Amino acid sequence: MKRFRIPPIPSSELTPEPVYLQRRRFLRELGLSAPLLLAGCGRSDEAAAVPEPTGPTGAELQASRPSRWDAKDALTSWRDATQYNNYYEFGTGKGDPARNAGRFKPRPWTVEIAGHAEVIGRFDLQDLLKPHALEERIYRHRCVEAWSMVIPWVGIPLGECLKRFKPTSRAKYVAFTTVNRPEEMPGLAYDVLAWPYREALRIDEAMHPLAILAVGLYGRELPNQNGAPLRLIVPWKYGFKGAKSIVRIEFWERQPATSWNLAGPSEYGFYSNVNPAVDHPRWSQASERRIAGSGTSLFANRVPTLPFNGYAEEVAGLYAGMDLRANY
Amino acid sequence: MSRPADIRLVIVKIVLFAACLLPLAGMLWDLQQQNLGPDPVAALEHRSGDWALRLLLITLAVTPLRQLSGVAEVLRLRRMLGLFAFFYASLHFAVYLFIDLGGFWRQIFSDIFKRPFITVGFLAWLLLVPLAVTSTRGMMRRLGRNWSRLHRLVYPIGLFAVLHYVWLVKSGQKIAVREPLVYLAIYLLLMALRLPWRRWLAALRGKAA
Repeated sequence: MKRFRIPPIPSSELTPEPVYLQRRRFLRELGLSAPLLLAGCGRSDEAAAVPEPTGPTGAELQASRPSRWDAKDALTSWRDATQYNNYYEFGTGKGDPARNAGRFKPRPWTVEIAGHAEVIGRFDLQDLLKPHALEERIYRHRCVEAWSMVIPWVGIPLGECLKRFKPTSRAKYVAFTTVNRPEEMPGLAYDVLAWPYREALRIDEAMHPLAILAVGLYGRELPNQNGAPLRLIVPWKYGFKGAKSIVRIEFWERQPATSWNLAGPSEYGFYSNVNPAVDHPRWSQASERRIAGSGTSLFANRVPTLPFNGYAEEVAGLYAGMDLRANY
Repeated sequence: MSRPADIRLVIVKIVLFAACLLPLAGMLWDLQQQNLGPDPVAALEHRSGDWALRLLLITLAVTPLRQLSGVAEVLRLRRMLGLFAFFYASLHFAVYLFIDLGGFWRQIFSDIFKRPFITVGFLAWLLLVPLAVTSTRGMMRRLGRNWSRLHRLVYPIGLFAVLHYVWLVKSGQKIAVREPLVYLAIYLLLMALRLPWRRWLAALRGKAA
């Protein structure tokens, strides 16, 4: 198998150990005072006012850590990564998913495999995961809204999983569908996107070793608001490509329709590769606010956005000869 | 010696001044407490922008309020409200310029000229500058009739400010656009109240008679 190198990241971006530990303490203190601060809150969707655990929760996962995958950037804090989410099925505010995902039941869980493959049917999540060893991958996560995080995911390589179902030669695309449970997901009551949420990749993108199916973050099972129990992570694309709480994976011959592309074709392309040279019609994609939560800087730092989110060396070949302006 | 009505006005002005500083105090408090959430820059941008827009609409509500209530004194609060609208608009612009985009100066330039929602927002702030500068009594005297002509700029400014918000969130998402549309509705209502309804009604009645 081909080896991949993560582009070098200056050591200045690393979080020193004492700062990391300090951050833990800071988070604990903030957690203790959270109820006190509730009183002064303006906008509920921005103020981090929900009393919440200040350290990772959820069952621990055993994962190997092939270091070749690790971004060396300073990690986003667990708290920020689990309290600041876009998951419109739980509401459109960044704090809504953490607030509203409590009723969601990620177990038991089955995934339906369908379309152009020799092996299709409904599979229990455990059976889907069993043949694969869990891996930890520290990836940069770039939202189309021009903010970014650095998150240690736990998951399995998507391609290796898909190969087990023996996609046929007609399988040119892979579509992912998010669960649709209005009784557990209050955001579904609103006509924000074409529900259920759908995303898709070209088959060669899906087979790329960087693409994973994540089941956890920070060494623990995924919290509901992060897409439990199974979500897609494609680190060189904008975050919305990573469908959450996947219930269906289907092999298609033609390019499938995707939810954000249906909502705004001129704003959200099918490919949606991170590209600083192609702006969103309403804002620049040249730079991003890095939410790295080191506890040492008051504000998220603005950093330049890298082509393919810094994974160009690994994935640019997938798009050789393609006009990336036309295929945004 | 001041008349009781003047004293009352002074008290109202002091209270209003303090009230207008509350959003700033809230922002500074949350900033100091690191209570602005994972993306403090976005939180500060949204909050200062919200208050600039709210105060601008409150300022635009003064004239209709005087007409409807018959209380002439409310007019004497208008300058303070307008200046606070300008203050929060400037804060909003400053946060965007120096904290959010600080160091990425080229992006600011392209943002302002290429993105309609930022263009109208910038325009709204820019047009507020001459109004703030000419808000003093001396300037009022010096400009005479032209003062009120100049200050009619607040009507397009209000529209630009509302559009700045509507265009920011628009994108086939009905729910996300709901809040800015509320501001748009309030703006349109405040404009509609300025139309000479009474004269039109009288003319209509005159015709009927």
